[in-house]
Amino acid sequence: MLPGTPFHERTAALCRASNWRPWAGYLAAGSYDLYHDREYWAIRNAAGLIDVSPLYKYLIRGPDAVRFLDRLVTRNVHKCRVGRVMYTPWCDGDGNVIDDGTLARLDESVFRLTSADPSLLWFHDNAAGMDVSCEDISGSTAALALQGPNARKILDAISEPGIADLGFFGVTDVELAGIPVSVSRTGYTGDLGYEIWVDAGEAIPLWDVLMDAGRSYGIVPTGLMALDMARIEAGLILVTVDYVPTHQALLESQKSTPLELGLDWTVDLGKEHFVGRDALARQAETGPEWQLRGLEIDWVSLEQAYGSAGLPPMVPSSAWRTSVPVYDGRGQVGYATSGCWSPLLKKYIALAHLEGTAGDLETGLEMEVTVEHQRLRASATVVETPFFDPPRKRG
Amino acid sequence: MGRAGVYDAIVIGGGHNGLTTAAYLARAGRKVLVLERRHLVGGSTVTEEIFPGYKFSVLSYVVSLLRPEIIRELQLSRHGLEILPLESTFTPLPDGDHLARWADHDQTRREIYRHSPLDADAYDRFGQLMYRMALAVKPILSMVPPDPTSLSPKDLRGLLRLDRHLRDLGDTDFFMLYKLMTMSSADFLDEWFETDALKATMSASGIIGTFLGPRSPGTAYVQLHHYMGEIDGAFRAWGFARGGTGAVADSIASAARALGVTIRENATVVQVIVRGGRAVGVALEDGEEIKARTVVSGLDPRRTFLSLVDEADLPQDYVHAIRRYRSVGSSGKVNLALGELPDFTSLPGDGDHLRGAISISPSQDYLERAYDDAKYGEFSRRPYMDVIIPSLIDPGMAPPGKHVMSCFVQYAPYALNGGWNDERREAFGDTVIDTLSEYAPNLRGAIIHRQVVTPQDMEDEFGLTGGNIFHGELSLQQLFFLRPAPRWANYRTPVRGFYLCGSGTHPGGGICGGPGRLAALEILKGGVR
Repeated sequence: MLPGTPFHERTAALCRASNWRPWAGYLAAGSYDLYHDREYWAIRNAAGLIDVSPLYKYLIRGPDAVRFLDRLVTRNVHKCRVGRVMYTPWCDGDGNVIDDGTLARLDESVFRLTSADPSLLWFHDNAAGMDVSCEDISGSTAALALQGPNARKILDAISEPGIADLGFFGVTDVELAGIPVSVSRTGYTGDLGYEIWVDAGEAIPLWDVLMDAGRSYGIVPTGLMALDMARIEAGLILVTVDYVPTHQALLESQKSTPLELGLDWTVDLGKEHFVGRDALARQAETGPEWQLRGLEIDWVSLEQAYGSAGLPPMVPSSAWRTSVPVYDGRGQVGYATSGCWSPLLKKYIALAHLEGTAGDLETGLEMEVTVEHQRLRASATVVETPFFDPPRKRG
Repeated sequence: MGRAGVYDAIVIGGGHNGLTTAAYLARAGRKVLVLERRHLVGGSTVTEEIFPGYKFSVLSYVVSLLRPEIIRELQLSRHGLEILPLESTFTPLPDGDHLARWADHDQTRREIYRHSPLDADAYDRFGQLMYRMALAVKPILSMVPPDPTSLSPKDLRGLLRLDRHLRDLGDTDFFMLYKLMTMSSADFLDEWFETDALKATMSASGIIGTFLGPRSPGTAYVQLHHYMGEIDGAFRAWGFARGGTGAVADSIASAARALGVTIRENATVVQVIVRGGRAVGVALEDGEEIKARTVVSGLDPRRTFLSLVDEADLPQDYVHAIRRYRSVGSSGKVNLALGELPDFTSLPGDGDHLRGAISISPSQDYLERAYDDAKYGEFSRRPYMDVIIPSLIDPGMAPPGKHVMSCFVQYAPYALNGGWNDERREAFGDTVIDTLSEYAPNLRGAIIHRQVVTPQDMEDEFGLTGGNIFHGELSLQQLFFLRPAPRWANYRTPVRGFYLCGSGTHPGGGICGGPGRLAALEILKGGVR
């Protein structure tokens, strides 16, 4: 039996669906209700409270912390001021992505880095010869994401000092009803939102305080199913779903560089050195052969596909994460790795790896859809991500 | 009585490889006779009811290397083969702690993390590496070793295939494979891990069946050999045959019989009859002679050539090679009938840790010290042990509520100072019980019956030369195109019509069947009629 997170006592009592999923060795709620609609809409309409404690978290500190991190990740860590957070991938020597996460600069020489997979050994190996320590705080630090348009109001009401001024990708230490926490304006939903990092021993009181404060603002405990839809709408990729981390790849072709994942903006080739730099510089010259892009599946075409079987169009009720072939007129040109119906955008959307010019914006492609056991195709267009990008996210 | 012309082929020894060869030959339409010395087939792959109601896998006790193509091609599932999962490894430690690895990845990670956070990460990476290494070596398991000095088209084709395969590995994996082939398992694991008990338990698979210690070069390869097992496509999966390992042999025997193979038990072959450099039949202990144009030996190479074939019929260099072929036993087996389950101090109760392997391997020094004793002719005062409780996996192995326990014990040198006798055998058994009792104090009182098998017993009763469980050490100098002898790794021998099919041929020991199958395919190429 997997253990629960530090919030388990509360989340278990609320999880009427008993819909638990394994996440990094912990039980995590897939949904609290049998249907996750309410949780999804809370993220977009009020505030969803998501237990993200299973994330791996590392505290990196020491005189060489900046030097070490700058060598480790693709972004320029010198540009990350104290009180700021950077999203960044990190790569192996061939420029293939190992993992991605957020890097928060808590102090001059203190950083908190999150990852989806265990990374201590990789950090440790790369810190050789530097005056820096990497501490795994995954178990000792609990984390909640409060995401949605009301997130700021809820937090600000109980925060001392207030967090109304905390900018997008800022991080600060505050007390929430007397509980010391670190708050970053980050999240995995593409909405206005915060992540709250707390000592595991204070997890339960923190949960209670937030639920109390959020009651008037429609706070809803939210599970991973709703989060998955929100992150697809936000065009945020998920490790092992949208890309194979290089350490888990069995084939070279399974690996991806940041340039192939649409993360070219995170790669600072101006830096003198970082792991994978030379390979990425070479790829930047020729351009990647593959691109991760957004796909919008055409409604009329979907209607026709279902119509051929005598059915009205059906859209997935939750996000899927299987490999679905994508074609152009000549043959397969890629594969979608996750997708969902966006109830907000009223669009069927997906994230897809596309080869060559198939990945150019506005290209008309086809995605496989299975209708009554028949594999059919529906028209799809390559679009820019995020699919959903409300001004409140940054505002 | 001569029975010329009745059989196309005679297989000497009804072990799992001999039976496999017989089945494949029969499958190709040949008339085959298997001659087994004992009263039942199986050889070292045997289940016996040593004490009424309690079934012991007397020697070999787990299954993993059994080639999936054999299961498929001989339809062993139809013939009763069931392999039940054996998922965990539990290492009790003298300080009252323990180390466990479970079927569940997260649970294993949590447990290793408890000992070392870095090792928890390294364990996954190491598993990935070994998976790739096993993928790299796997095709070699199913190929007849090409002779690298030969210019024959067949050997060249094989070498080319091998070369292409190794090139496909990529440089990093190639270098890693080279290291695996040459290093000691202790050194290799030291490059990856810091937890002693973890390294010791992992390196134990590098010493099993060898007269080497974890710090002896070459043991890293043996460790990989144990990673190459696969069940239903999953590497590194170990299982337990329902009914004990004898059920594996029984299923192959059943398949063989269904294909028309005749199996005779209690038939001891004393000689391979050679006329004009060609095998023409065999002579049995009772004077009976049976003729066949093809004779195949499933016995180990030394026993085959140094006792069944007249040396005068063999080239001297071959005799020398076989004499030099290293086949020294290093392990014993203790099988127990138990009235109750062992209760381990470091993890009390009858939890899942008893349903997998229990490894007595607390540290690398412990294993190396165990080897030290053996180097100088004594059995280990505190031996390495790989223990399983088959009755927890297959309740049919013991009466309801009772249990059987299988203890693979190393080291027990074949060449014990003063030689093995009843007294030394019991002293060895006592050492095993004493060692286990340090971790599970109730064990001694739970024993209803005990069977102790020494390397001498393995030679005397099961025909394993030197008591070596693999029909000869799995060390680099006698693997692949050198197994069992240079230029004779293709299952043929200097005697025409006489072949080898046992674990002393490629790909080697364990319940694998690879030697038996490949031998049969080679024989069929040669044309048996």
